[in-house]
Amino acid sequence: MIAPRLADAWSALASVPDPEIPVVSIVDLGIVRALARDGDTLAVTVTPTYSGCPATELIAASILEALARAGFPDARVDIALSPPWSTDWIADDAKKRLRDFGIAPPGSAIRGTAIVDVRGLSPLRRASTVVPCPRCGSQRTQVTAQFGSTACKALYRCDDCLEPFDYFKPH
Amino acid sequence: MADTQRFEFLLRLGDSDLVLAQRLGEWVGKGPILEEDIALANVGLDLLGQARMWLTYAGEVEGAGRDEDALAFRRDAHQFRNALLCEQPNGNYADTTARQFLFDHWHVLMLRALERSSDARVAEIAAKAAKEVRYHVERSTDWVIRLGDGTQVSHLRMQAAIDALWPYAGELFAADAVDEAMAREGVAPDLASLSGPWRAAVSEALVEATLAVPVDDWAHRGGRQGRHSEHLGHLLTEMQFLQRAYPDARW
Repeated sequence: MIAPRLADAWSALASVPDPEIPVVSIVDLGIVRALARDGDTLAVTVTPTYSGCPATELIAASILEALARAGFPDARVDIALSPPWSTDWIADDAKKRLRDFGIAPPGSAIRGTAIVDVRGLSPLRRASTVVPCPRCGSQRTQVTAQFGSTACKALYRCDDCLEPFDYFKPH
Repeated sequence: MADTQRFEFLLRLGDSDLVLAQRLGEWVGKGPILEEDIALANVGLDLLGQARMWLTYAGEVEGAGRDEDALAFRRDAHQFRNALLCEQPNGNYADTTARQFLFDHWHVLMLRALERSSDARVAEIAAKAAKEVRYHVERSTDWVIRLGDGTQVSHLRMQAAIDALWPYAGELFAADAVDEAMAREGVAPDLASLSGPWRAAVSEALVEATLAVPVDDWAHRGGRQGRHSEHLGHLLTEMQFLQRAYPDARW
């Protein structure tokens, strides 16, 4: 009975916004990893973005609510840690929406260094990665803090339009 | 027997994260600048999330029905297994920064080694946590360099903080029977093997910060076996107050 409607369940989940960045959905962010039937129950596999993300429980509750509204009252949320969530899973059109919203989208999460390169640090004095301003497109930007309004974002400032902005950190 | 040792080992990981998270939480609302106030809260939150994963697993391995909350809120100081470094008081900002810097550099090496653990659950928690800690180590290293290579006052305070906390770092690399058993089973790395890379990374940053690398390697020990400084009891008094005063209270 559920089988023909798995696509409906996906659409229901695609309508669940991220609680902290409502312009993208939890499906856009790659938080929903799988959807499967387990008897009469719909099992949703979800991976947390950050291990301490305070939105995780709210997201789980929103998923159950959205599925119930879409006609799946019997659903459960399973948390999977592996593989760990990556910003590389964020859909391209969602990255554009992030930019339109004023958040610079993440670059590639693959940095490949095994040990921290100290000389690449101190971004307050030496910006290493160019993060274009989501507002004016300028490449003259600098990090003001590694941690912004949420753990997943850093705080930047544009040296041309002088606006502060959030950068979704590669993860 | 093996499970008892694995339980102990998981408590050590979880308790260090939990106690340091609580210390960082003490800064909330009192950070020297808004950005740092937020950064400390975020780093603390990451560590708290990681503590939850380690303690949840510890409770499952113990098999006595204790969950993360029972382990966090219903043990007394002598039952905590965190490294002594993590319970040291916040002090001034250089003290907090030095504590974080020494811990973060160990933490990132430890987690990267644990990603290859023979225990699949340990490996997946470590892989998750390592991604977060990568940002912690960048931040604390930045601040050691800024403060060390900063004003005369910030330089003196940063050096004093490094000198004062250095004797608490050695414990992170001192293996006992539990660590040796975990290394034999491939669950965890040989702790001593992390010491060289840690020293190299920390020294490079200290030199960049125009700070002297301490030469005396005498180390305080005992936190990971439950023998703590006087600071932990006070920290737990605050952290555990609600569950002690109102057992089983829920949001």
